[in-house]
Amino acid sequence: MPTPDANPFAPKPSRSRTVEKLIFGITRAATYFVLFCGLFVLGDIFIKGSRTVFQPEFPFINVPFLTEAPESLYVFEHEGKKMELGDRAFRVFREEQEAAARAAGLPVPQIKTESFVYSAGGIWPCIVGTVLLVAGSMSIALVLGVASAIYLNEYARDGKFVRFIRLSILNLAGVPSIVFGLFGFGMFVIFLDWNVSLLAGWFTLAFMVLPVVITASEESLKAVPKGFREGSLALGATKWQTIRKNVMPYALPGILTSSILGIARVAGETAPIMFTAAYVVRDKLPWEVEKISDFFFQGVMALPYHIYVVSSKIPQNEYTARVQYATAFVFLFIVAGIALTSILLRNRMRNLYKW
Amino acid sequence: MEKTASLAIKVPPARNLGTARTLIDIEHFDFSYGEKQAVFDINLTLDEKRVTAFIGPSGCGKTTLLRCLNRMNDLIDGTVINRGTIKINGIDINGPGVDAIELRKRIGMVFQKSNPFPKSIYENVIYGLRIQGESNKSRLDTTVEKSLRGAALWDEVKDRLHESGLGLSGGQMQRLCIARAIAVEPEIILMDEPCSALDPIATAKVEELIHELKKDYTIVIVTHSMQQAARCSDKTAFFYMGKLIEYDDTRTIFMSPANAQTEAYVSGRFG
Repeated sequence: MPTPDANPFAPKPSRSRTVEKLIFGITRAATYFVLFCGLFVLGDIFIKGSRTVFQPEFPFINVPFLTEAPESLYVFEHEGKKMELGDRAFRVFREEQEAAARAAGLPVPQIKTESFVYSAGGIWPCIVGTVLLVAGSMSIALVLGVASAIYLNEYARDGKFVRFIRLSILNLAGVPSIVFGLFGFGMFVIFLDWNVSLLAGWFTLAFMVLPVVITASEESLKAVPKGFREGSLALGATKWQTIRKNVMPYALPGILTSSILGIARVAGETAPIMFTAAYVVRDKLPWEVEKISDFFFQGVMALPYHIYVVSSKIPQNEYTARVQYATAFVFLFIVAGIALTSILLRNRMRNLYKW
Repeated sequence: MEKTASLAIKVPPARNLGTARTLIDIEHFDFSYGEKQAVFDINLTLDEKRVTAFIGPSGCGKTTLLRCLNRMNDLIDGTVINRGTIKINGIDINGPGVDAIELRKRIGMVFQKSNPFPKSIYENVIYGLRIQGESNKSRLDTTVEKSLRGAALWDEVKDRLHESGLGLSGGQMQRLCIARAIAVEPEIILMDEPCSALDPIATAKVEELIHELKKDYTIVIVTHSMQQAARCSDKTAFFYMGKLIEYDDTRTIFMSPANAQTEAYVSGRFG
């Protein structure tokens, strides 16, 4: 019998306590480690990228970098000063120098330059290309994916065949993106003769995210209570009326949520577009076409491919490093921006069709 | 034997049922989910403008049979009608000339779990009409009022018709579902344990409503509550293991059942 003032609830050291503390410490350390790695990568891109993207004077953002096409950078000495000029600016400068020399009757000066490709100008065509690729491929993926999900979940009789289709779709999700790139190249670029074009890139990227979209759409459709369907059917609605009026509106927010993941993937992949849609450099912007049909059959520049090119296809130096980091920085912002737009859209729908 | 039964359930005094026309005629009906047969050789005739209760322990096939009446089981993969017919007004509803969608327009259904749609009360009630393409505002307004009055819900919700149907209480939701069912003016209303999730007060309201609805509709109600069957049905069918054991006037079933199993079930000795 314990004495009345002995506290039976006093903490006692034990083995299970020690293990508990140890495990807790390990899980916490793992989380912090992952967080640290993520922050390090983002921070590195942010710091180095912002040196190019932002500037100390008005308008504080390096507008030409966001609005111009990439150019070669010329570095040379002029009157004892080190000059860095983009391609077009350099030509103008050289002509001025030559004209001035001729007017003064002096011999035409030879400017000794070093040139670095893609290290001047901006990345505007890449931004445009990436946005077009994401918008087009996600539209295709959503239409095809939601339609297949509706078929699989609402119409098809559950049997061996449907299970086989589902399994195939799941397996597609594990196919490496370079394989999708090769598929797109063989199927769209060569067999359908679309050449390296927006259309080929759209379909290749769409096929890549289809498994994600289909699986997620099916899950969202399944999450809509059975009562909504039965209630509607019992009132004499057809299956399609039921799906359109009483199932789809409530499944859409979920479908959009999963598509946001798809957007990040589509925007970021390099392998599927390198054979199908991306050009290393292209002078014209996508809307500068003669016929509307040409719009779909032109290649575009794209941010991930541009990063790949400037990081591995040209000689590396301090000038290209600037472009690499700045492009990555802008790229992160654009992906975040597109994702944010879809999140806002999703939230709006969620409020509209709450259940 | 009569004594034990009457001790368990309070049975209202005998009602003068008069003569009623047969509306639904089920003959030698066998039904299976894939390999598993759920309903065996049912022979049953249901009267027009009467309340018929299906009672029996869980898994006895009463809900399955109810869902055969508006062919909701068509929607489940692998269901088979092995034998027999269900005739409504003399027409075989599984026959070649019958479209399940047209059939369901004439047969309303109220589910065990009340399932108002996440729309306004107003839109819930007119859902069936919208499906049929009705868009005349004044006709829709009239239907909403008439149906909600018919479901004894009008006074409670008339000031918030455009608020979500999900904001109602459990009993109100179930009455909203009844209003939705009667808005399309069916002949028959099927109720699948409509009060199983409701408290006694809400249950009483729904039962009162069933009494009212009987004037215009033929009602088939599946229930686990024998008190409910006794209180609100005219005829009761007792099912066990997929078979119809006994079918008679409710009073007879509860006071002097012919079958020993029925007697045991209604007096609460099994099930």
